[in-house]
Amino acid sequence: MWNWEFAAEALPILLRGFVNTLIATVVGTVIAAILGLILAVAIRGLPRWINWLVRLIVAFIRNTPLVVQLLFVYYAFSDIPGLVDVPALVIGFIVIGIHYSTYMSESYRSGIDAVPPGQFEAATALSLPPVRTFTAIVLPQALRATIPSLGNYAVAMFKDTPFLFAISVVELVTAAKEFGGSTFAYTEAFTLAGIIFLAASYPTSLLIQRLDRRLATY
Amino acid sequence: MNDNVTTLLNFLPQLWEGVQTTIILTVAGSIGAVIIALILGLTMTSPTAWLRIPARIVVEFFRGTSLLVQLFWLFYVLPLLGVDFDPMACGVAALALNYGAYSAEVVRSSIKTVAPGQWEAAIALSLSPTRRMVRVIFPQAWALMIPSLATLLIQLLKGTAVVSFITLSDLTDKTEQLRQSTGDTMFAYSISLLIYFALAWLLQEFMNFLERRATKALGRRRPNSRTDRREARRAARADAVRKDRLKSHVAAGEGTNHTKGPFPGQGGDL
Repeated sequence: MWNWEFAAEALPILLRGFVNTLIATVVGTVIAAILGLILAVAIRGLPRWINWLVRLIVAFIRNTPLVVQLLFVYYAFSDIPGLVDVPALVIGFIVIGIHYSTYMSESYRSGIDAVPPGQFEAATALSLPPVRTFTAIVLPQALRATIPSLGNYAVAMFKDTPFLFAISVVELVTAAKEFGGSTFAYTEAFTLAGIIFLAASYPTSLLIQRLDRRLATY
Repeated sequence: MNDNVTTLLNFLPQLWEGVQTTIILTVAGSIGAVIIALILGLTMTSPTAWLRIPARIVVEFFRGTSLLVQLFWLFYVLPLLGVDFDPMACGVAALALNYGAYSAEVVRSSIKTVAPGQWEAAIALSLSPTRRMVRVIFPQAWALMIPSLATLLIQLLKGTAVVSFITLSDLTDKTEQLRQSTGDTMFAYSISLLIYFALAWLLQEFMNFLERRATKALGRRRPNSRTDRREARRAARADAVRKDRLKSHVAAGEGTNHTKGPFPGQGGDL
């Protein structure tokens, strides 16, 4: 049932796939964190109808499956004639990044809302320009409350990277499936894949829990 | 474009089949997830470590390994171990286990956030532990957990899209067929995304309905409920009318303070 030889053979292949998983997670997180902040901040100064439109688009991206979005963008790119081949991995982390930016913008928004109004008033009283008010007063306080939840979304994103299977990126699970397909050692391949996921995500979420406790101010 | 519409019309029965598969998976998966969540969540609040720790391990296990790993494990590995599930059962089981583990955490934390006075009152009335949970604690925790459960169940709906990887023909799979027969990615996928969005909206409305019912049973109202908003609007309107009237009184020089109270200065309560 369990063959250690197959397991030993599978491990390096899986770890090579894991590199793609990590790339997608890290780049996806960076995209999501930046875009999420832009979404959360920019929305404040816009006219009402644009604001409404952005919120609708955000709700749309949040409430539709990541897999379908991945396939959509992947095929849409391959439909455009004369376009240089965009690697599937690049499409993957862009789409994942955009998908999760809609979640992260929500955490940023609640973080900014949690900054006491007195802080804004004090900044106005000191006649700080709006940009400084934002970067020096509001954001540092808002981020304190936001970072743990951004971390949780990064872990969630990590666990969603196997969806890149849909657009044939060879990440961890795809590598496991291919190995299983060629040797029929599905048991070893998928069990190891699960263990790798658990080994990476559980300590990270424990770390985030500790961070949450340390950063908690209120 | 017209060709697309004709193809879509011919494809509608098949598309509906795909939607049905997605709905069945969502509903069955949700029911399974809620049952698993209640069992594991209640066990995790148990004072006995022998019950609490195994439940915690199960939850962390299913939360920590990815949905797709679990799905593939059920689909590819179990047959090798001699257990054969059909793809539908695999899909429902993977969704229920994965999202059930996430929901168990919601159940646990909701039960823990019920006001301690409620626990103490139930103990003071010497209700048995079962009655205390069923009649006092759980109804309150239920109202608290519904919004988070709603988010997770929408995640589950979105998660159903992966079952097309284990040969099930759900909405995602039918979308792919529609794309191939129309040759128009934009068209096929826009329709599919709109259907998913509509399903998510329906699910959200259903959960809102459950929450309204749960809070009403407690004699409370949902935060920012429709009734709350209506009352706020009515108050604002009455306020505006009053302000308006006051202004016109002032403009007409009818005096300001003898209209409402016996004492001068009491009139304008704005």
